[in-house]
Amino acid sequence: MHDTDIARADPAELIACPQCDALYRARMPEHGARAVCARCHTVLIAPKRRAGMTIIMLAAAVLVLVLGAVWFPFLKISRQGFVNEATLLDAAMSFTGGPLLVLSLAVTALIVLVPLARAVLTIYVLAPVVFDRPPPPGALRLFALSEALRPWSMAEIFALGCAVALVKVADLAQLSFGPAFWMFAALVFLTVIQDRWMCRWSVWHALEQGQAARRERAPA
Amino acid sequence: MSGAPHLLTAREAGLVSCTRCTRVWPAGTSACGRCGKPLVSRDGYSLSRVWAWWIAGLMCYFPANLYPMLRTQVLFTVSEDTIVGGAIELAKYGSYFVALIILIASVAIPIGKFVAIAWLAVSVRRGSRARPQSRHRLYEIVEYIGRWSMIDVFVVAILTALVQLNIAASIKPGPAALAFALSVIFTMLSAQAFDPRLIWDRDTSDDGTDRA
Ligand SMILES: [Zn+2]
Ligand SMILES: [Zn+2]
Repeated sequence: MHDTDIARADPAELIACPQCDALYRARMPEHGARAVCARCHTVLIAPKRRAGMTIIMLAAAVLVLVLGAVWFPFLKISRQGFVNEATLLDAAMSFTGGPLLVLSLAVTALIVLVPLARAVLTIYVLAPVVFDRPPPPGALRLFALSEALRPWSMAEIFALGCAVALVKVADLAQLSFGPAFWMFAALVFLTVIQDRWMCRWSVWHALEQGQAARRERAPA
Repeated sequence: MSGAPHLLTAREAGLVSCTRCTRVWPAGTSACGRCGKPLVSRDGYSLSRVWAWWIAGLMCYFPANLYPMLRTQVLFTVSEDTIVGGAIELAKYGSYFVALIILIASVAIPIGKFVAIAWLAVSVRRGSRARPQSRHRLYEIVEYIGRWSMIDVFVVAILTALVQLNIAASIKPGPAALAFALSVIFTMLSAQAFDPRLIWDRDTSDDGTDRA
């Protein structure tokens, strides 16, 4: 696993574990196989066949579902003749007045804007690469942004929140799921699958090589 | 095989690695040429940032538990529920499972997170008898699970949007919702500021120092 002349190798051929700094030679494993850090077991490289296309399709589906989920009601409530339906935007913007407005904006960002932004960035960055074209301008920085946003994309937590809310007011009124809830449930599923298909090292590597090729082709 | 094999690290090889895209550069490189992240062999300010966010998170966690999270009005009675009060209320009506979810997400996870981050930060400074593997595992769990505490804030948002049935029933958020959301966000930032590579450095005398 560990050869002595690794320190003399070209840094471009190496990979360091982001969690424990262990140094390896970056070798593309077989499709479906994974290169795992021997020390801390962080997955370093895990390419999958036709992953690019799969990820783009999933991102497009996420985009459609988020936009749909914003407009359709996700929960419906009725009690003593009063009926109310809530859409995602209603929930996101429910903290009105004073300092709670900040919370409204934060919630909107976490459950709508961040997932949306990540889907758009993924398509923008990866689509040209999948179709064997050079990556678009700023691809590396935008992919970095998409990665930085990852922990702040909380659609799946919101979906579980809907279920908890349902139980919480069960004694207060009758509740039922609207179409947007099911869209959200599907969204959660898609986000998880997309994450499993994404081999970050392969993306960084492809973008870097594409960028280099673009620079070579450009007139000096 | 017992324990982890000793592997050459990027720092020992005179290199500096990017924690965002795993690219390796010669020591002294200031920013990653691939993804643009500023490079440091070990983030010397990591622990200061961890503690700053940690304290901010803890300071928000107290009002989050003392003030009401929800104001529920049913016909002409108004009741205010704190986080723990709301869970007890749920348990009284027999929803033990949901009460348990709320208690785990809003009480057990945040407190566990404060303790875990503090222990990790202290252990990389003072050294620890716990194996780095276990400490790293703990760090991964803290990073993964922290976001889920946000569920209570979302539940309040959903209920507020939904339960607006004129005089029959209505729900309004309390000040604790904001405090709790801030507490979750600050502790997430605290965990993100922690440099896990510090856990693996054997030589504790020069941890936190930056050779790059
Ligand atoms: Zn590792
Ligand atoms: Zn980088």
